[in-house]
Amino acid sequence: MNFFRKILFSAAVLGLMSGGTAEAAGKIVMDGSTTVGPIAKSFAAYFTKTTGVQVTVSESGSGNGAKSLINKTCDIANMSREMKDKEIAAARAKGVNPVEHIVALDGMAVVVHHPGNRVNALSRAQIRGIYQGKYTNWSEVGGPNAKIVVIQRESNSGTQDSFKELVMGKETPITKNAETQASNGAVKNRVGSTPAAVGFIGLGFVDNAVKALKVDGVEPDEMTVKNGSYPITRPLFMYTNGPATGVVKQFIDLKNTPEGKRMISELGFVNR
Amino acid sequence: MRAEEVSKAGGRSGAFIISARKRKLQRAVQKAGESALLLIASFVAIVVLFIFYFVAVDAVPYFQLRGFSEFFTSSSWYPADEPGEFGALAIIYGSLMVTLGSTLLSVPMGIAAAVCLSDILPFSVRQYAKPVIEMLAAIPSVAFGFFALVIFAPLLQTQGGPILMWAWWVLAAPFLLLAIIVVSDLLTAKIEDQNKRQQLSMVLLAVFGIGALAFLYWVGSVLRGLEIITGTNALNVSIILSFMALPTIVSVSEDALQAVGRELREGSYALGATRAETLVKTILPAASSGILAAVILGVMRALGETMVVWMASGNSSHIPEPWFNYLEAVRTLTATIAGDMGEADQVTGSARYHVLFAMGLLLLVISFFSNLISERIVVRQRKILSGQ
Repeated sequence: MNFFRKILFSAAVLGLMSGGTAEAAGKIVMDGSTTVGPIAKSFAAYFTKTTGVQVTVSESGSGNGAKSLINKTCDIANMSREMKDKEIAAARAKGVNPVEHIVALDGMAVVVHHPGNRVNALSRAQIRGIYQGKYTNWSEVGGPNAKIVVIQRESNSGTQDSFKELVMGKETPITKNAETQASNGAVKNRVGSTPAAVGFIGLGFVDNAVKALKVDGVEPDEMTVKNGSYPITRPLFMYTNGPATGVVKQFIDLKNTPEGKRMISELGFVNR
Repeated sequence: MRAEEVSKAGGRSGAFIISARKRKLQRAVQKAGESALLLIASFVAIVVLFIFYFVAVDAVPYFQLRGFSEFFTSSSWYPADEPGEFGALAIIYGSLMVTLGSTLLSVPMGIAAAVCLSDILPFSVRQYAKPVIEMLAAIPSVAFGFFALVIFAPLLQTQGGPILMWAWWVLAAPFLLLAIIVVSDLLTAKIEDQNKRQQLSMVLLAVFGIGALAFLYWVGSVLRGLEIITGTNALNVSIILSFMALPTIVSVSEDALQAVGRELREGSYALGATRAETLVKTILPAASSGILAAVILGVMRALGETMVVWMASGNSSHIPEPWFNYLEAVRTLTATIAGDMGEADQVTGSARYHVLFAMGLLLLVISFFSNLISERIVVRQRKILSGQ
């Protein structure tokens, strides 16, 4: 009997541990996109410094963020794409009501090696051609004679979803030869160390190792993203369960404060 | 008072004179102990069975949904599309390719190192060398992966040709040299006259040597001319995985070689065999079952490794062209499970979720059968060696 009581007790403890997420005041748990990650992290550092509230940020991809919100293991899901209908339905089925907040805008930069690749601009049709495997040599799009190393993101990634939606369109699959990397940073590193590579990353991740191409003749920068002339632009989201309240609302409202706006533009993203 | 004496006596010689009741108690304790041990031992087996069961339970719905043919014959892997395509052929191929590559590199190196440690190096050197080799096993796989991705991949891209050429020379030259010596000895062994034999074998050595040098140089220059476009490829991963499998292979096969014992070695020397003959004809066959076990462990390490392949294999699900091209990116079963797990969740995914379990089941089945086969070989080998 005692044995069973012990088991019951430990089950109860486990249940408390897994059930009691951060709902209690004084702690915020975030999960999701590696693109939104930098914003979330600098918001978190600032928020903890000013209010003393603990903020945990995990970066496991937009899909995982949605999953965590559905499973109620996070308070805020960071996503670099909109929640899919399927995910919203799954959330509703579990009694979760996802509410979207747009924190910033992001231009998705198509990057090549710098200075190893002399290509400066591509049209969206050319990018699509490269990613569907129609063009396999840089010379076909005005570059040097080298085989193109196509780099994509894993299927978890919101960046990948946005890229497919904004560049590839519904019907054209990405070539089987495309390599897969697991984060914005990893793609940037691979492109930065591979002269023949092409990849796509959030504008905030572009640095001296890579060169962001003009797309359809438009340079990706703050202005062109904000006025919508840069064609591969997307909003970045934070999702909460129901309308944000308390510290979570305070946290998300950071995006409207001057300090929050400064952080967003310092990270290379664009204020809405 | 008498009763006291009896009880004293009983206490002292309790081991010999046991009452029926005490004997029953002892039996019960013995049974309890044995069954506790049995329970612990069977727990391990039960864990394995449970893993099989739970993986299979989630894998079967995939095959019910999509059938077998797509999984094993198509190489279109688009799990995120609507509707998804789940052709795993290229991924299975990638796993086998990487495993084969790392086995080809690690097994000869590992066995050679084990032989060197156990029979050639002096004992004092071995005492230091073995722990150092075993330390390779303590390096976390993510560190290997980081090295492969950040240092080795760019290096292959910029210096790939020269690196391959040097590796070819270093690895192939000793083997070729050995082969030439053995072949020319064998060819001249039938000649009776010793002078003639020596002269002929010298000539043969020279001829073969020049041929071998030309061969080495030719392959080397071909390798040098290779341009490696992407450093995250099957070759990179094979090399790194072979390093990860090395400590297991070296350590286990060295133990097997040690276990052969002094008697066999001395017996062989007493019959007039040289050290090389003793090694090749006596010790290696005697230790072969242990070495095989080491090889299987190493292969399983390579097949099951996830982090390194996920980071550095490039993860592109296509069969390289031509099929043996190790310089192209590949995707393995383990990396696919790790990479696609997040999105393919029970809540939203169906075939997409279960296909990962199908892959897990496939990995389990492969390792189960290779273990089974190696077990059979070991048993047979033991029978042959014991003269049955």
